[in-house]
Amino acid sequence: MSLHLEIVTPERTVFSGPVGNVYMPGSNGEMGVLEGHAALITALEPGELRYEQGGQIHTLAVGSGFAEITQQRVNLLTDMALGEDEIDEAQAEEAMKRAQEKLAKISHSDDAEDLSHLRATIAKSMAQLNLKRRMH
Amino acid sequence: MANLRDIRRRIKSVKNTAQITRAMQLVAAAKMKKAQDQALAGRDYAELLNKVLSNLESNFEDDVHPLLRTREGGKELILVISTDKGLCGALNTNLGRKILSEKPEADIVTVGRKLRVQLGKAKYHLVADHEVRDPVPFSQARPIAKQLTNLFLEGEYSRISIAFTRFISTLTQEPVIVPLLPISHESIGKVNEVEGGDDEIVEGAGAGADYLFEPSPMGVLDALLPLYINFQVYQMLLESRASEHSARMVAMKAATDNANKFIKELTLEYNKVRQAAITSELLEITTAMKAME
Repeated sequence: MSLHLEIVTPERTVFSGPVGNVYMPGSNGEMGVLEGHAALITALEPGELRYEQGGQIHTLAVGSGFAEITQQRVNLLTDMALGEDEIDEAQAEEAMKRAQEKLAKISHSDDAEDLSHLRATIAKSMAQLNLKRRMH
Repeated sequence: MANLRDIRRRIKSVKNTAQITRAMQLVAAAKMKKAQDQALAGRDYAELLNKVLSNLESNFEDDVHPLLRTREGGKELILVISTDKGLCGALNTNLGRKILSEKPEADIVTVGRKLRVQLGKAKYHLVADHEVRDPVPFSQARPIAKQLTNLFLEGEYSRISIAFTRFISTLTQEPVIVPLLPISHESIGKVNEVEGGDDEIVEGAGAGADYLFEPSPMGVLDALLPLYINFQVYQMLLESRASEHSARMVAMKAATDNANKFIKELTLEYNKVRQAAITSELLEITTAMKAME
């Protein structure tokens, strides 16, 4: 049996099916997963996710979230998962700009949650832009 | 027998009512579609999150994290999710009744005006009130979840539950009260059941496996638990919204149908009265003619 990958966002199930391998942006750097991996739960950073299916490599820009890895499954929870053709460059830039402006304004306040939320937005936009630009 | 003008007036007023309820029905139907899609789409995520968390939870002792800790004593707090507007059948009444009978001694945080007013009258202590736009944005679930978490951590409340109307289908909605905090195996299981998902909490190598954690067990828990709470609140807001629009659609459809039936009856009555009037007029004329001969 091969590795089963499931990618779910709050809006929909993005992908569910057997894959050859998965590379994901873990909190301790990029990690690759093959079948038979030790059970592991990791936090995900916004970045790039790659998986190989039928000899083809697919790439997605993902937001922060979690991955639960067992021997035969990878369950991936994230707040964003976009393929290259789904990314709107202008929109991502816009979102990043807005978040940066806000960040500059509130950096003195001590609301840690807001702060981390804004940072996550920026990182997410960056991930989208990086992927989009590299593909062109 | 009622006179012609009265009946005509009544028909007109019933027609107006039917027009209004029909418009509301159409609006609710459009919103319902969106809300249902949103609620159903969120279930996958909620389910997977529950699964991960319940696998994870079995790896830990109860008191490893304050959000997992069960405390004795203390009060109970309920987040009550009702609607802002009425005209949605027995939705709020049913939920209100359930709260009154099952949790007579709790404090409440509310979303939605209807039950806030009603439970206020029933002498529940209102801790806070939130307003949520339609359609529900995720960003509005965060402050609610944050407040609930803080109230729990401050120690005044030892249990926090959510009362909402679970969406089953357009015709069926069910009022339920589910525990949210402290997060325990039991509460995760219950919520899972509520999501209507398959009961595959235990799956393959998942449950009972010794997980490695990156960056660290505490790091994962610190990030995962707040996300879980946020998402639960969000999902239940979505469920309530889907229930609300469905219930309103159905209620308004019933109202429109009733009004149309009533119009038919009145029209029949109207025609009968008119026919009777014509007959009696004819009768008078012929009698008069006979008398003249």
